[in-house]
Amino acid sequence: MSDPHSKPKIRWHIIVFLAPAVLVYTAVMIYPLFNTLRLSLFSEVEQTRVFVGLQNFRTLFGDAVWSAQFWNALANNFWFFLIHMLVQNPIGIALAAILSHPKLRFASFYRSAIFIPTILSFVIVGFAWKLILSPIWGIAPGMLDAVGLKSLYAPWLGKEAYALTTLSLVSVWQFVGIPMMLIYAALLSIPDEILEAAEVEGITGFSAFWKIKLPLILPSIGIISILTFVANFNAFDLIYAAQGALAGPDFSTDILGTFMYRTFFGFQLQLGDPHMGSTIASVMFAIILIGVCLYLFGIQSRMRRYQF
Amino acid sequence: MNNSKLIGAMLATTMLASTAAAQDVTLTIESWRNDDLTIWQDKIIPAFEAEHPGIKLNFTPSAPAEYNAVLNSKLDAGSAGDIITCRPFDASLALFEAGHLADITDLEGMANFSAVAKSGWSTDDASVQYCVPMASVIHGFIYNKDAFEELGIEEPKTEAEFFAALDKIKEDGSYIPMAMGTNDQWEAATMGYNNIGPNYWKGEEGRLALLAGDQKLTDEAWVAPYRQLAKWGAYLGDGYEAQTYPDSQNIFTLGRAAIYPTGSWEISGFNGLADFEMGAFYPPVQNAGDTCYISDHTDIGIGMNANTPNPDAAKTFLNWVGSSEFATIFANALPGFFPLSSAPVELEDPLAQEFISWRGECESTIRSTYQVLSRGTPNLENDTWNASVAVIKGEETPEDAGKRLQEGLSSWYEPQQ
Repeated sequence: MSDPHSKPKIRWHIIVFLAPAVLVYTAVMIYPLFNTLRLSLFSEVEQTRVFVGLQNFRTLFGDAVWSAQFWNALANNFWFFLIHMLVQNPIGIALAAILSHPKLRFASFYRSAIFIPTILSFVIVGFAWKLILSPIWGIAPGMLDAVGLKSLYAPWLGKEAYALTTLSLVSVWQFVGIPMMLIYAALLSIPDEILEAAEVEGITGFSAFWKIKLPLILPSIGIISILTFVANFNAFDLIYAAQGALAGPDFSTDILGTFMYRTFFGFQLQLGDPHMGSTIASVMFAIILIGVCLYLFGIQSRMRRYQF
Repeated sequence: MNNSKLIGAMLATTMLASTAAAQDVTLTIESWRNDDLTIWQDKIIPAFEAEHPGIKLNFTPSAPAEYNAVLNSKLDAGSAGDIITCRPFDASLALFEAGHLADITDLEGMANFSAVAKSGWSTDDASVQYCVPMASVIHGFIYNKDAFEELGIEEPKTEAEFFAALDKIKEDGSYIPMAMGTNDQWEAATMGYNNIGPNYWKGEEGRLALLAGDQKLTDEAWVAPYRQLAKWGAYLGDGYEAQTYPDSQNIFTLGRAAIYPTGSWEISGFNGLADFEMGAFYPPVQNAGDTCYISDHTDIGIGMNANTPNPDAAKTFLNWVGSSEFATIFANALPGFFPLSSAPVELEDPLAQEFISWRGECESTIRSTYQVLSRGTPNLENDTWNASVAVIKGEETPEDAGKRLQEGLSSWYEPQQ
């Protein structure tokens, strides 16, 4: 007779239930990630793979041709992120605040309508907006003409000054539903007693939003910001669908994702270079890692939470 | 019951096939031209098999975008076909250097090809040939004959006539003078720079001098095409900056534009779409009477797997690809893809005839950036796309564009240092 408390039993069910997810995740995420990091330390010389240490990183940052492309892509990526932070998230919060208003009619219809673009494929969104904005077949010039503002029209996707901002706004249009949904859920979870107590104190309408609701949804806004950051620095699809791998005009819409793709897989006469491609992918990984750490340790740990 | 019948039938066919194989050699052909599957099955393969009993052909194409990757893994695994369709220049050169493509320099059929035609599939010093040139595309301008008649314009022969014609179309206003956009970038370089350029750098003479390091991209011959491109911007449609390649094709075939800078590969597609008569003219020369140069770009080649078990049959087939019989079948099935052999070929499509007739009038060359020069970083071909667009839009002067390309090229290409 053994005492069941003398020795901790192996809890097989935990291992069994975790195994499928761990195995799949390891095979498709963890192993490729580390293999990419490893690949960035190699190079190909005369058809054989040789270890070169950090030489690829030195080329990426030290060589004028590579570093110019890299900094251009990084700067574009920051602009892409900035537009999302300044446009997508405030609009998402505003929409959520309006939707959570108890007297709004057809709220669920608006909610679905605004959320639908999020589930569309990038390719559809890219091509649809390319057509809408097209100077030849598009409805944008005609619509502006109808209200007498034809002079404001420009072939935005073809102009270096506007292309990246235009694509950022298209992406905002597509994804504004996500911050809206998250904030909407956070707003619904605020207990009515708090809002009623505030009302008794004379805080209603806008000031109730600024003074009561906004502080309570700040943690959600933090999560949204970090999700936006990760998604934007991994972005690739929309730019590729709308502008191709050369991210024209004149690389003005080139972000880290398209730069990595072009380098890794090659393009037209440019032969693919998996080693430099992995180097760029590793740098992207580092940027995202640093961003997430800054947020986790610098901001989230200091954020005040309220328990209801 | 049904199942066992089926299995029986399958076994029977397998046995039949294997007895047939004991006498016949079957050659499997790897290709990215899945558009051409019916042409191979209905025309090319029957013609070859009728002439060469004992050799069977099996055409197994894959999707163009996947071809290089699929082929490489098949070759590494030893499961690739006997005959391999070759991309021009570096992609195939890499296969040859890795020992996957056989040296076929001594093939009799090779005598039918000019040095330019062979340049796409030979080593840098042109001493070893590893693929038989199969097809090329010719650059030029297709125009709307009805529009030209309506406005009383003749095919321009010189640059001055070309711009006079463009001015006239623009003044009239019923047609967009030229259908081209800069959104996809490659048209500006391929149908712009490499289309009109050979007239300035004198075709092969300039291209080989650039390869040897005797000329630079900052030389007048290489900057002058940009000077012409800079003038094009005014004649392209409104909002050409965001106009894509399919947009341009549609604008022209709908009859909204008069001139379309292009290549012969459009012919078969356009024949079905345009309901007006089309004509073509080669890139106008600087002064009347100058020799004209055309870009007759090598695009498809065909070679032999170095590890094929049937080298003799494969060589028989490659020799046949070099013959005028193959050239005639191929050229008529695919108007716009021209055979590269010097053997005489009869073409039925009038527009294709027009294009190929320039081979007699003008000197042929290939796109300047394709051989060797796009091997390093920065990639000269990609840079040329970029520079051509910037020049057309007026964002970069022709001189600056030449300077930037030369700096990029000389940073890695030794003969230019």
